[in-house]
Amino acid sequence: MTSTYAVLSEGLEKRFGRVHAVRGLDLAVAEGTVCGVLGPNGAGKTTAVRLLTTLLRPDAGSARVAGFDLVREPAAVRRAIGVTGQDTSVDVDLTGRQNLRLFARLHRVPDPAARADELLERFGLTEAAGRCASAYSGGMRRRLDLAASLLRRPAVLFLDEPTTGLDPASRNRIREAVRELKERGTTVVLTTQYLEEADQLADDIAVVDRGRVAHTGSPARLKALIGTHAEAVLADAAELPRAAAVLDRLTGARPVLDHERATVGAVCADPTLTLPRLVRELDAAGVLLLDARLRPPTLDDVFLRLTGDAPVKEIAA
Amino acid sequence: MSALAYDGLAMTGRQLRRVRNNPGLAILTQIMPINMLLFFGYVFGSALAMPGREYRAFLVPGLLAATAAGGVMTGMFQAAQDTHRGVADRFRAMPVSRAAVPLGQAAADLVVTALGTVPLLLVGLAVGWRIEGGAVRALGAVALLLLFRFACTWAGILLGLLSRSEEAAGQLGASTFVLPLLSNAYIPTGNLAGWLRALAEWNPISAVTSALRGLFGGSPVPHGAAWPVAHPVAGTLAWSVLLIALCAPLAVRRYARGER
Repeated sequence: MTSTYAVLSEGLEKRFGRVHAVRGLDLAVAEGTVCGVLGPNGAGKTTAVRLLTTLLRPDAGSARVAGFDLVREPAAVRRAIGVTGQDTSVDVDLTGRQNLRLFARLHRVPDPAARADELLERFGLTEAAGRCASAYSGGMRRRLDLAASLLRRPAVLFLDEPTTGLDPASRNRIREAVRELKERGTTVVLTTQYLEEADQLADDIAVVDRGRVAHTGSPARLKALIGTHAEAVLADAAELPRAAAVLDRLTGARPVLDHERATVGAVCADPTLTLPRLVRELDAAGVLLLDARLRPPTLDDVFLRLTGDAPVKEIAA
Repeated sequence: MSALAYDGLAMTGRQLRRVRNNPGLAILTQIMPINMLLFFGYVFGSALAMPGREYRAFLVPGLLAATAAGGVMTGMFQAAQDTHRGVADRFRAMPVSRAAVPLGQAAADLVVTALGTVPLLLVGLAVGWRIEGGAVRALGAVALLLLFRFACTWAGILLGLLSRSEEAAGQLGASTFVLPLLSNAYIPTGNLAGWLRALAEWNPISAVTSALRGLFGGSPVPHGAAWPVAHPVAGTLAWSVLLIALCAPLAVRRYARGER
């Protein structure tokens, strides 16, 4: 059977002692697409990646990666995938060049030295190639990491929070590389805490919450589902209920009040709501308005909408 | 070439490059026994009944054996680094032979040890130690020494893979320096109390020291020694084979299993 899914998992489970990190993960990633696995710290993203890359054995469930069974054919899965973990997964005691040559040799790349130089060049590391990776900045290490995963073209590339903790320039470089890969037909599974990143890169987003996929769909669908976030800052917190009533009427969603900051916010699914109208209506209600804004939804909004709860910061697993 | 041989060779190259990039620990572990030879030989030696020159000649095989036993520490250290750092994930998620990483580590250590022992031998020769047993027996001694080092490294690799962190491995590894103190490496065991003598002579380091002393020429086996010291070559072979047979398969299995 030839599957059109590069990754297809059913009911994957993993426990660490009493922590149930992944509880029934169903993930389907079509070949040649970029799938963004979106979730807060502790949602089980990293454990999911470690399961799908054979680094952990699932307690239950099954999955096929690049057409191979995860549990029964781990060696075949390893030949088909590339992984860049959240921690540095290069040898920090080797230079950039030594790292890439070693991994190229282990991958049986025909000309390891030439291939290593080619990737150093592509990721802007030629100058730093002779220095130990321990002396690299976070962004350089992540680029080296990504280069190491691309020495031979993997069918499926897993990137675990590839841009977390990076400066904007490094972040853009990594994102460009992901777009290039997709154009060449590589399936990419990337985890992220940033909705904006998933929105930019992914064809499909899987929202993960407490070890399960809570929602899947295109970024557009997800955003349409969540809508924009309307927010008003008042001079007097006592007027919050009146402002909340206005927001309730305009958005049809239950507003959230923050008495300390005299702020009220609500998620609005109606695309016709404009800022002038929001301001006019609040002003007409007679509240003393200091600030008002409509902003794109954040990860918190996504979770508020999908799970009815703010993201839970659990023990990172 | 088989996949294991190819990957093992690549991993050996990796370890050798790591040592070349950061030679600090390797140099330190080779300077230590030279310092001890000079310190023990001239300072402590002056208080012993044995003449100074004779004691220094007595010390050199002991220090060689003790340094070989240091493979436990080096092995632990490197294996703990290898399993607790992110690079282990990359190796495990790659189609690489499971035994290649520990095998490469043990093989590279052998190369480093073979080179690193030369300065100690030269200093030994300068302060009065001599090779009296002929070239063949001397080469046999070196071969035994390297075999024992290989075995100790495997023991260290296993312990390092079982350790909870790099720091824990470093602390436990550093404490292994006491092992040669309870052997015949630095002192003759003949005068020790009965039970203490038995303990010291069943220490694998004692068998190796005695084998080296015998093969390089010189001191006869003390009267009434325990079996590994009375038959030091067989004793060294037995200890080494036992350690490798026990530790190498367990270490390879532990590394392959991964899950931290």
